[in-house]
Amino acid sequence: MTAIAMPAPDPEVLARRQDILKALQAIVPGEGVIHDEREMRAYETDALTAYRQLPLIVVLPETVEQVSKILKYCHQNDVKVVPRGAGTSLSGGALPLEDGVLLSMMKFNRVLDIDYDNRAVVVQPGVTNLGITRAVEHEGFYYAPDPSSQIACSIGGNIAENSGGVHCLKYGLTTNNVLGLEMVLITGEVIRLGGKHLDSEGYDLLALMTGSEGLLGVVTEVTVRILQKPETARALLIGFPSSEDGGRCVADIIAAGIIPGGMEMMDKPAIHAAEDFVHAGYPRDVEALLIVELDGPEKEVDFLIGRVEEIAKANKASHIRISQNEEERMTFWAGRKAAFPAVGRISPDYLCMDGTIPRRELPRVLSRMRELSDKHGLGVANVFHAGDGNLHPLILYDANKPGELDAAEAFGADILRLCVEVGGVLTGEHGVGIEKRDLMTDMFSEEDLKQQQRVKCAFDEKHLLNPGKVFPVLHRCAELGKMHVHKGQLPFPDIPRF
Amino acid sequence: MDATFKPQTAKDVEVAVKWAAAEDQPLEIVGQASKRSLGRPVQTAHVLNLSKLSGIDSYEPAELVLTVKAGTPIAEIEKLVDENGQELSFEPMDYGPLLNVDAGQGTVGGVLAANLSGPRRLKAGAARDHILGMEAVSGRGEIFNSGGKVVKNVTGYDLPRALCGAFGTLAVATTVTLKVNPKPETSATFVLSGLGAARGINALCKAMGSSAEVSGAAHLPAGIDGDISRTLLRLEGFETSVDYRFKTLEDLLKSYGPVTRIEEQDSRKLWQTVRDVRPFAGVDNPVWRISVAPTVGPKLVELLEKELKINAFFDWSGGLIWLMCLDGLVNDQHIRAAVDSVGGGHATLVRAVPSIRSSVAVFQPQPAPLAALSKRLKEQFDPKGVLNPGRLVMGV
Ligand SMILES: Cc1cc2nc3c(=O)[nH]c(=O)nc-3n(C[C@H](O)[C@H](O)[C@H](O)COP(=O)(O)OP(=O)(O)OC[C@H]3O[C@@H](n4cnc5c(N)ncnc54)[C@H](O)[C@@H]3O)c2cc1C
Ligand SMILES: Cc1cc2nc3c(=O)[nH]c(=O)nc-3n(C[C@H](O)[C@H](O)[C@H](O)COP(=O)(O)OP(=O)(O)OC[C@H]3O[C@@H](n4cnc5c(N)ncnc54)[C@H](O)[C@@H]3O)c2cc1C
Repeated sequence: MTAIAMPAPDPEVLARRQDILKALQAIVPGEGVIHDEREMRAYETDALTAYRQLPLIVVLPETVEQVSKILKYCHQNDVKVVPRGAGTSLSGGALPLEDGVLLSMMKFNRVLDIDYDNRAVVVQPGVTNLGITRAVEHEGFYYAPDPSSQIACSIGGNIAENSGGVHCLKYGLTTNNVLGLEMVLITGEVIRLGGKHLDSEGYDLLALMTGSEGLLGVVTEVTVRILQKPETARALLIGFPSSEDGGRCVADIIAAGIIPGGMEMMDKPAIHAAEDFVHAGYPRDVEALLIVELDGPEKEVDFLIGRVEEIAKANKASHIRISQNEEERMTFWAGRKAAFPAVGRISPDYLCMDGTIPRRELPRVLSRMRELSDKHGLGVANVFHAGDGNLHPLILYDANKPGELDAAEAFGADILRLCVEVGGVLTGEHGVGIEKRDLMTDMFSEEDLKQQQRVKCAFDEKHLLNPGKVFPVLHRCAELGKMHVHKGQLPFPDIPRF
Repeated sequence: MDATFKPQTAKDVEVAVKWAAAEDQPLEIVGQASKRSLGRPVQTAHVLNLSKLSGIDSYEPAELVLTVKAGTPIAEIEKLVDENGQELSFEPMDYGPLLNVDAGQGTVGGVLAANLSGPRRLKAGAARDHILGMEAVSGRGEIFNSGGKVVKNVTGYDLPRALCGAFGTLAVATTVTLKVNPKPETSATFVLSGLGAARGINALCKAMGSSAEVSGAAHLPAGIDGDISRTLLRLEGFETSVDYRFKTLEDLLKSYGPVTRIEEQDSRKLWQTVRDVRPFAGVDNPVWRISVAPTVGPKLVELLEKELKINAFFDWSGGLIWLMCLDGLVNDQHIRAAVDSVGGGHATLVRAVPSIRSSVAVFQPQPAPLAALSKRLKEQFDPKGVLNPGRLVMGV
């Protein structure tokens, strides 16, 4: 297999497989426990398909009580658990462990409560992201965070990854749109956080859970904020002779006090791949293409379209088109939305990276990326959430050619290190998972990572929930808890006082 | 040997906390102590005062990112971003007036530690929604960094956000990175007059569920800042848009009676009054801050009015209730029972004399498993319990 190593399976747990199976079957009757190798294949990978591993057993509970009993059993018997939603993680967050139970939450698929007056919807975690919008759109409402995978990915997975989407510059990430949740700890204890009211007091565990990648608890219920759909939306399609011009245009739009609903950029290879695939009418003779979508009240949108057009002209835009109707707006987006499959057509395989950079660094990062592309001998196409600096370089490779996956991973790692070097971060929305686990030390110090792991110790002292993800080195909690200063060793501190 | 430490660098903070942990000497963490009377009183021999840990590290308006030392006065930050056409869109409230101390005090660290957010919280999110990164010193006396300096980041656990609202009981923030936003060009307030609380909140919820992009929704009953009740909806943005949305609201809320409009300058003053709870300033009666689902707000107040002599008004579309007990007692049992009976939420005693604040639960009591988890979290950050002991919960 490939470069990223998973913790060695515990032979003692493997030997107990039959006992574990029986115990799980006693908790979840019938079809809810899967142990046949062929059937378990469906769970061996997520959307980071280069990595595959059969789990020990798959279990699909239907009630919170079952989840609680499963976790309690695993806790008492030292069995690892990997929670899983729809399996669309791009970072390997849901990759099974050979000696771990895979806990699929996809039978939790009901919408429990729709409360328009309080603009809140309560759902089970297996409901898809789009499923929430579908449940309320007949009243004109929607759920704002919109990952491109929204038709498939689960809200539980969205919580675990703190997923974003094209609209999150204006409307926020998952964490800004969640009001409450219910979760089960590895001990089986059920905990409720938040609700339809705002800003619960006490430690903000909602913030910790969101983006915790299945390491802290299993989410069993979610309350999200819904919004009324904007009255209208229009988009501009803007081409630039250089990425510098495009980058400056983005900065000027924001400096003018405009926060667009969406602002996406593509580089030349991505533009060409998309245009060849969907014929969206993108110009081919530009280095950067920007889609700016303005949404809101009609009057405001019309007004802002004019302002953005002026700003684009002032930044040497060579092409400007403004959507005149809904169909045209959708066409502008068609190429961007199909960028991943479009790249999939020009290359047998691709790796989707996810770093964030300060936007001002865009030209430098793109030019360094071209050098890295030469160094590793692989092509790269860039799509970019331009408003918030979140880059998605797509590295093109062929898994059937010996060494190419390794080269692609090395190229990806170099790109992410570059993001950190210019003041950015390893991941903007896809999570660390296994993919970026070993790069965490490039962004954080040993002490930073230890304090993060101490959080884990408060939730899951035995490291049974999704181990091997996020942290490059697993420290035992007892070791993390040690303090190395003793009485009398330190003088009374010599710090200014009054 | 009581001391007030005034560290000037993160390293100084580290040294002080390391010493405190080694010698079992608890510290009270204060920015400028403007919100000292919030939460449970802390009784420690030593004070760690962060007011000298102050200054702007970097501010890049075009990136929407601001990095500052945690002891920087919030007023200084608001002035700086304002000069650049931007704002902290969570609109932190100023507790000064309510606590009967000077207005305009407080540090950014204190604002975040108390997760202070004003009326715009409804649309723009709370203080915790605007933090991007943090350098802090744990109760172990170790500096750590978390989050980042870009607006989109999911690398590792979201510690900066989780440390907001912790009242300095987990770690001492030394540097924070915030997301700032463009300041709206103008604003106006849509006013309905003479409505009862139930009907007023009903109008607010209706407006919040519309596409009018309301950024403030409050109901001031008769006797609160005026003789007749007022139901307020704030609109902010580009002028053409504000006018257009005002008409949208007029159409939507026709059946609620005549409408008046308050223009920008007066509108700003009015929302500051709501934000800073000025109707309850200048007296000593106990004040509660209650957060519930918006639609049950009026019912809660109605229930309590039957039993107690109170004054109350509503922000956050009815979900945030400021309640003053006119009998001078805190009435915690009544209030907590009423909150439970309308479906739950949070009630916090924000104003009362220290002797009362140390004898009743100031914050909403938590169910046992949650309280135990919170305690474990505290132990992971501050095993010796040297940071603000007893501030959030008795004994933690
Ligand atoms: C084509 C494509 C496009 C994508 N576009 C975007 C995008 O635009 N923005 C974006 O942010 N992401 C995007 N993603 C990534 C992915 O869809 C998200 O990370 C999504 O939130 C994962 O949800 P899931 O239900 O598939 O979770 P899974 O992949 O099943 O799991 C992801 C992680 O969540 C944990 N988890 C799942 N459910 C629970 C639960 N109930 N309790 C606790 N932990 C749980 C798992 O342990 C794992 O660590 C894309 C993926 C694909 C394949
Ligand atoms: C005559 C007089 C009367 C007074 N009466 C009162 C009174 O009745 N009530 C009152 O409150 N004050 C009173 N004061 C104190 C006065 O308000 C203060 O001097 C002070 O202005 C400042 O702090 P702050 O706003 O920065 O927040 P703080 O009050 O310092 O902090 C709020 C919370 O955040 C925490 N915190 C602050 N900074 C950090 C950080 N960097 N990292 C982690 N946590 C942090 C604190 O521990 C605290 O829990 C009085 C002062 C005088 C002179």
